[in-house]
Amino acid sequence: MESSYIAIPEGQPKIQVENLSLSYGPKLVLKNISLVIPEHRVTAIIGPSGCGKSSLVRVLNRMNDLIPEARVEGRVLIDGENIYDRDVDLVALRKKVGMVFQKPNPFPKSIFDNIAYGLKIGNHRSRSELEQIVERSLRQAALWDEVKDRLHQNALKLSGGQQQRLCIARALAVEPEIILFDEPCSAIDPIATAKVEELIHQLKKDYTVVIVTHNMQQAARVSDYTAFLWLGELLEYDRTEKIFTNPANKMTENYITGRFG
Amino acid sequence: MGTVKKKGVLGDLKESLIQKIFQTSGLLAIIVLLGIFALLLYTAIPAFREVSLKEFLTSTRWDPTSPEKPEFGLLSMLASTIMVTIGALLIAFPVGVAVAAYLSDVASPRVREIVKPVVELLAAIPSVVVGFIGITLVGPMIAKIFNLSHGLTALNGSLLLAIMALPTIISISEDSLNAVPISFVEASLALGANRWQTLVRVKVPAALSGIIASLMLGMGRAIGETMTVLMATGNARAFPQGFLQSARTLTANIAIELGEVPYYTTHYYALFAIGLVLFIMTFFVNLTADVILEKQKRKLQ
Repeated sequence: MESSYIAIPEGQPKIQVENLSLSYGPKLVLKNISLVIPEHRVTAIIGPSGCGKSSLVRVLNRMNDLIPEARVEGRVLIDGENIYDRDVDLVALRKKVGMVFQKPNPFPKSIFDNIAYGLKIGNHRSRSELEQIVERSLRQAALWDEVKDRLHQNALKLSGGQQQRLCIARALAVEPEIILFDEPCSAIDPIATAKVEELIHQLKKDYTVVIVTHNMQQAARVSDYTAFLWLGELLEYDRTEKIFTNPANKMTENYITGRFG
Repeated sequence: MGTVKKKGVLGDLKESLIQKIFQTSGLLAIIVLLGIFALLLYTAIPAFREVSLKEFLTSTRWDPTSPEKPEFGLLSMLASTIMVTIGALLIAFPVGVAVAAYLSDVASPRVREIVKPVVELLAAIPSVVVGFIGITLVGPMIAKIFNLSHGLTALNGSLLLAIMALPTIISISEDSLNAVPISFVEASLALGANRWQTLVRVKVPAALSGIIASLMLGMGRAIGETMTVLMATGNARAFPQGFLQSARTLTANIAIELGEVPYYTTHYYALFAIGLVLFIMTFFVNLTADVILEKQKRKLQ
C-alpha cells in the first residue's frame, strides 16, 4: 500500500505497531499494519464491519490470546517494549493497558466490588485505601453522584449507560496508562453516549486512548488521530481533521462520505 | 400470486393434534409421579394402624420379625442413608467441581472431547457392577488400610456412591461454568487477573447456583441408590457408629426384606412407608436443585 497515506503523529509515541499481521487459523484478519499511536491523544480506528478494527485493539492488550488459533506476526511496542516477547507478563501488560468492551460487562457483584475487583486481585490494600480509589475512579468516570448512596447495590441494576461508565471506572481503578475502547457506545443510548464521549475527551489528559468505532461522527468528535481500516489493511492514518476534511485515499473518502460501509 | 390465507381446515387440525399429543405426554409424566405417590401413600398408611408415626420416625430399632415384640423404627437406617450419602458427597463434590473447572477452563478441546464422554460413560455403569467393584476391590482395600476383618463398611458405600454421583456433579457444574458469559471472563482478564483468579472470583461465583444444584442432584442419586450400597456396606441393622462400621440404608433394607415379607402384614406396609420417606426425600432434594438451576438461568440472562 502507498505508505504516504500513513502519517507519523507528532508527540511522544506510546504504541508502535510494526508490520503486524494477525490470522485466525487460515483467515488473515490484519495485513501488515504499521502505525504509531501518540501519548495523551485519542486515536480512533474506523472502518466497515469485519475490517479488523476490534481485532486490532485486541492485539494491543493481547486479548486475542484467548482465541486458540490466533497467530500474530510483527511487533507491538509499548513504551519501546515488544508486548509479544516471550518474557512479557500478561498481568502487568493488562494492568497497563485497560479495556472497555462493546457491551457493558459489569460483574454480577456490587458497584463497589466491581471497581475494587482489579485492586483486590493485585496486591492487598486496606479497606480505606480501597474506598478512596473506588470514589476517585467513580468521580473520574462521572458516575459518583449517581451511585454514591448505593455502592453496595448489584451493578446489574444500573442502566446500560451507567453500567458502561462503571466499566470505565473499573478500568481506571487499576491506573492503566492506555485505555482501549472497543465500540463503547454501540449498546447505549444517545444521551449516555454523549456522557461517555465527554469522558473520553477528559481522559486524554492522563491517558492514551484508542477507540474503535463504527460511528464516524463519533470518531470526528472525540479523536485526534484516525486510522481507516479496510479488509484488514490500514489504508490511511492521519490527524482526524485531515481525514474528515481532506482524505488522501479515495477509499477513505468514499467511506466517510457514506458511499459504502 | 401468493396467498396468506389459511389452506383449509386440515392444517389447523394437524396443528392442534400435535399440540394435544405433546400436552398429553407432559401430563402423563405428572400423572405417573402422582400415581406412584398415591400408591406409596395408600400402601404405607395401614402400617400406622399398629405402629405409631412417632415410633416409626424416632425409634432406632428395626426388628419386624421378632416373635415377642416386632419393632419398626427407621432411624438407624435413615442415619445410615444420610451418613453414606454425606460421605459420598464429601468425596464427589470437591473432585467433581475440580474436574468441571478443569474441563471448562483448562483442558484443551481435544482433552475435553475425550474426558467428557468418559465421564458420561461412568454414569452408564450398572450399579450392580459398581457393587462388584466394592466387594472385590474397594472393600478389601479398606479392610487392609484400616486393618479390619472385612471392608463392607459405610466408607465402602460412600466411595462407590461418590463414583456414581461424579458424572452428575461434573456435567451439571461444567454446564453452569460454561454458561458464564465470556464477557465476564474477558472483563476479568482485561483487569489483569490470571486464569485462576478469574475462575475462583468470577466464574465460580457466577455459576454457584448451578454448582450447588449439581450437589443436590448428586445427593438425590446417592440417597436413592440401592444395589451398590446393598452389596457394599454389610447391611448391619445397628445404628451406625462410624464410617468403618457396616451400615444398612433405607433402600438396601427395602430390597433385602421385600422379597421375603408376607403380603399385607404390618411389616409389608412398613416397607412401603420407608419407600414413601425415600420418595419424599429425593423429591425435595431434586425440587430444590431445579429451583436453584432455574434461578441461575434467569440470573445469567
